[in-house]
Amino acid sequence: MRKTRIAIADHAAEAILFNRRIVFSVIVVLVLFLVLLLNLYQLQVVRYEEYSTRADGNRIKLVPLSPNRGMIFDRNGVLLAENSPVHSLELIPEQVADLPATVTALSALISIDADTQERFYKDVKKQRRFKSISLKEHLTEQEVAILAVHLHQFPGVTLEARLTRNYPYGDLLTHALGYIGKINEKEYQALEAAEVSANYAASRDIGKSGIEKFYESQLHGTVGYQEVEVNSRGRVIRTLREQPAISGDDLYLSLDLGLQLKAQEALGENRGSVVMLDPRDGSVLAFYSNPSYNPNLFVHGISSKNYNLLLNSPDRPLVNRITQGLFPPASTIKPLLGVLGLENGTVTEQTRIPDPGFYRLPNVSRRWRDHLEWGHGYVDIYTGIIKSCDTYFYHLAYKLGIDKIADFMTNAGFGRPSGIDLHEENEGNMPTRAWKKARHKQNWGPGDTINIGIGQGYWQATPLQMALTTATLVNSGGRITPRLARNFHNQQQDQSLLLPLEQAITVIDPNNWAISREAMYRTAHQEGGTARGAFLGATYTIGGKTGTQQVINIAAGQKYNAKAINARHRDNAMFVGYAPHDKPEVTIAVVVENAGGGGSNAAPVARQMLDYYFSPQYNAPTLPSIADIAVIQQQRYDAMLVREQAYAEEAAREKAAKEARKAAELLRKSGNIVTPAENNLPPQTATESTPPPPAATEEKPIDE
Amino acid sequence: MSNQEHQTRWQRWHIDIPLLSGILVLLLVALFTLYSADGQDLVKVEGQALKMIFALGVMLFLAQIHPNTYRYWAIPMYIVGLICLLIVEFFGYTAKGSTRWIDFGFTRFQPSEMMKLAVPMAVAWYMAKHPMPPRYRDLLAGFLLCAMPTLLIAKQPDLGTSILIAMSGVFVLFFSGMSWRIIGVLVALIAAFLPVLWHFLMYDYQKRRVLTLFDPEQDPLGAGYQTIQSMIAIGSGGFEGKGWMQGTQSQLEFLPERHTDFIFAVYAEEMGLMGVMALLALYFFVISRGLIIASQAQDNFSRFMAGSITLTFFVYVFVNIGMVSGILPVVGVPLPLISFGGTSLVTLLAGFGILMSISTHKRMLANQ
Repeated sequence: MRKTRIAIADHAAEAILFNRRIVFSVIVVLVLFLVLLLNLYQLQVVRYEEYSTRADGNRIKLVPLSPNRGMIFDRNGVLLAENSPVHSLELIPEQVADLPATVTALSALISIDADTQERFYKDVKKQRRFKSISLKEHLTEQEVAILAVHLHQFPGVTLEARLTRNYPYGDLLTHALGYIGKINEKEYQALEAAEVSANYAASRDIGKSGIEKFYESQLHGTVGYQEVEVNSRGRVIRTLREQPAISGDDLYLSLDLGLQLKAQEALGENRGSVVMLDPRDGSVLAFYSNPSYNPNLFVHGISSKNYNLLLNSPDRPLVNRITQGLFPPASTIKPLLGVLGLENGTVTEQTRIPDPGFYRLPNVSRRWRDHLEWGHGYVDIYTGIIKSCDTYFYHLAYKLGIDKIADFMTNAGFGRPSGIDLHEENEGNMPTRAWKKARHKQNWGPGDTINIGIGQGYWQATPLQMALTTATLVNSGGRITPRLARNFHNQQQDQSLLLPLEQAITVIDPNNWAISREAMYRTAHQEGGTARGAFLGATYTIGGKTGTQQVINIAAGQKYNAKAINARHRDNAMFVGYAPHDKPEVTIAVVVENAGGGGSNAAPVARQMLDYYFSPQYNAPTLPSIADIAVIQQQRYDAMLVREQAYAEEAAREKAAKEARKAAELLRKSGNIVTPAENNLPPQTATESTPPPPAATEEKPIDE
Repeated sequence: MSNQEHQTRWQRWHIDIPLLSGILVLLLVALFTLYSADGQDLVKVEGQALKMIFALGVMLFLAQIHPNTYRYWAIPMYIVGLICLLIVEFFGYTAKGSTRWIDFGFTRFQPSEMMKLAVPMAVAWYMAKHPMPPRYRDLLAGFLLCAMPTLLIAKQPDLGTSILIAMSGVFVLFFSGMSWRIIGVLVALIAAFLPVLWHFLMYDYQKRRVLTLFDPEQDPLGAGYQTIQSMIAIGSGGFEGKGWMQGTQSQLEFLPERHTDFIFAVYAEEMGLMGVMALLALYFFVISRGLIIASQAQDNFSRFMAGSITLTFFVYVFVNIGMVSGILPVVGVPLPLISFGGTSLVTLLAGFGILMSISTHKRMLANQ
């Protein structure tokens, strides 16, 4: 009742009240819509640029395109380093649910050996996230076919085709070309520090050594970019814009493949090196260090088995003997020392020095032996060089003093970086007073200088320096900078990489150079010359100098007997030379380790090289086919395995023998007899241990 | 005269022409946006069109029913809904971590959808029994009617829906003349209750959504991802928009939930601020028409119902656009009439059906 009454009474008032609320609601709705609009205005008009940029950032991705690495050719345009396509099986670990299971399943399809798997898991730990890692590289066509069929079962697994480096001539050019390999963390940091890491956005490999490393920046090329539109899952929808990668410049070397082949053939199984330079411009024509190794092993990721074999081999194949092998240059320095003697007035062309078979300082009982026990009689500079008379040069060195010698020889090219286009170079040692003081805390003695007179003692040089200083002699003091690479070739221009001659030594009488060269000519062509035998019947003229560097000391009164001592303690044979004599086109340095005398072991190698150089074949080479090369490479690899096996057996035998001796020694000795330790050793060669001539004993003469 | 007859014919079929046109234009916009948002999937658009036709049928059917009938059935519906919510609470079907459905085997039924209409109806029924403005005890009863289903739905958990349902009831109380003083006190109480809600009632994911609102960049790949991507979509649309089917954010699938809750971002990216203004105008037109119907209704139940349905519709629009454009936390509220999905469409059009019933039946009454 009451309800009805009130309802009727308030009907109009209720309508007014309700309509007021409706009006209020409309106002609220309008205000809130305005709030929404203001916010949307803020987003779409005021901050439009910002959001537009971010939207593009979402959808547009830059995909780097890797440039093709510049190819490398020899001087005749023979391809030495090429880019060939390879297929590899790649995985992105983050996209693979069960990594071990996937790897196992894949290795059931194609064989993936344990070594490879181990390397893969190691890579997985090292790599940055979401980068693909190759599980197996260099898939055969059959493997590619098998995988292509089954790939859909393995998310996150892809088959990638890319170009990789191939060195068709295998171990023939390794120490010159070097090789490329995967960029490691340290290299990546170096690239970042140099602010060029962006250029490597799409690159996998980088030059690790040799030419590949030295000319990395030009060989590599410039990265390209593809601007692509991607969806939220990163799938490429379309390409918006593309800036193609610019291939690296092709590089032409001064090297001659025919000479390389000849050098490898001439050295055979011997350890050693051959380097041939053009003294006119510094071009390196031949550059071979034996034994070498196949660089393709490194490009493809070398197995630890192969790597350890190379690393631990007593033959040290990884060492570039031409630039890293250190040897006392021995008698090969005699012509240069002669020039200094003449220039200095210490001797003249006519000066004759008596050689009774040894040299003795006034009032000193010690004798420095000549290699000829009964001596050369009276010796002038020609005979001194031609017959490699040690006494003459002991005398000369003593008279000159170390300071003048060191200064002259350093200018000639010893004890300093040659400036060759390789990072792997040892500058050797041209000893000085200051050096000995710093290194050995001892004063320089007259005996030290006398050893220097025959290129021994503390003097350490690389074969490259021997060839280089020979060029200085040929150029009458003009020092070249050796260059393996001759020029880059690209669309725009050929850019020469050769460097001009530097007149390092200026003499008062240029004829002094000619005297030493004349002596070298006679060394190779005159009766009694140490290199005559090797160059009998040569159709060209040469100037040469042999050297024999002793590896171990021969105690006073004992004779050197090659057969009686360990093969690795035999003398190192050396030869330096130039040809033709009247107008030199090449200088050459040959070192054959533990081969014996330089005249009979190193000079013949030089003969083969020069014969080839002066033959018509040099200008029209007939090179073996790639297939032949592959066969030869395999044979060389097999031969290395055989050698290494023999070394291992020999080492085991020696070890057993040593232990037996030790045991016997222990039995014999009951007291505490301490033998004084031998200190004071000059630096040793990188390849072999070279005990120095002890200061207090008579020495075995050095050259034949 | 003919116009009068014309009007009369539509009225006889219980169709409110302005409301219907507004709705139809919005549904058309929905189909086009959906086609663009969902990768030009015509089958999906056809499916949605069929759902629209079905929902429009429901609307027209409900428009035929006299408001008095709704008032009569309000409480039974409310009770059935409440029972259903209890069933859900104990035997409900769970999906995506929430228990919102009763599984009949052939189909699933979401009682909270029904309560979106049943709650305002029940409150309107109660408030209409008493004169305006309501007494305290009537208000208390009204709040109680709101609170029960709200808490049950909040427990599912479905915070968005529970708040919307609570609001639809509260709107009735507001229209029934609840005094401003009480409104003030209530607002203060809610403000005081917020910390309690935050610390004791909200789930972590809900808190994260709120926190994300203030700084979406803090967690760009997690909770903030949706908001950031949708703001980028809207902002990059600019004034003129990128053009239909040209929105990179949506076409390249950077935008999550682009055919459901975040469809507004697709629209804003492709149509720009111009299109957005047009859309808001369209929504405002529909809301205004609803409020006019409410103000012209002839009994309190109808007034309260019409007002509540309209304002709830507005809240949907505001909350969705607010969350998509980054000024409200991300709660699962679709853009009414535009977002893909059948359930909310049917509920919304059912509400409009009741509005049409209110709009057309009083005229017939007046004419008779």
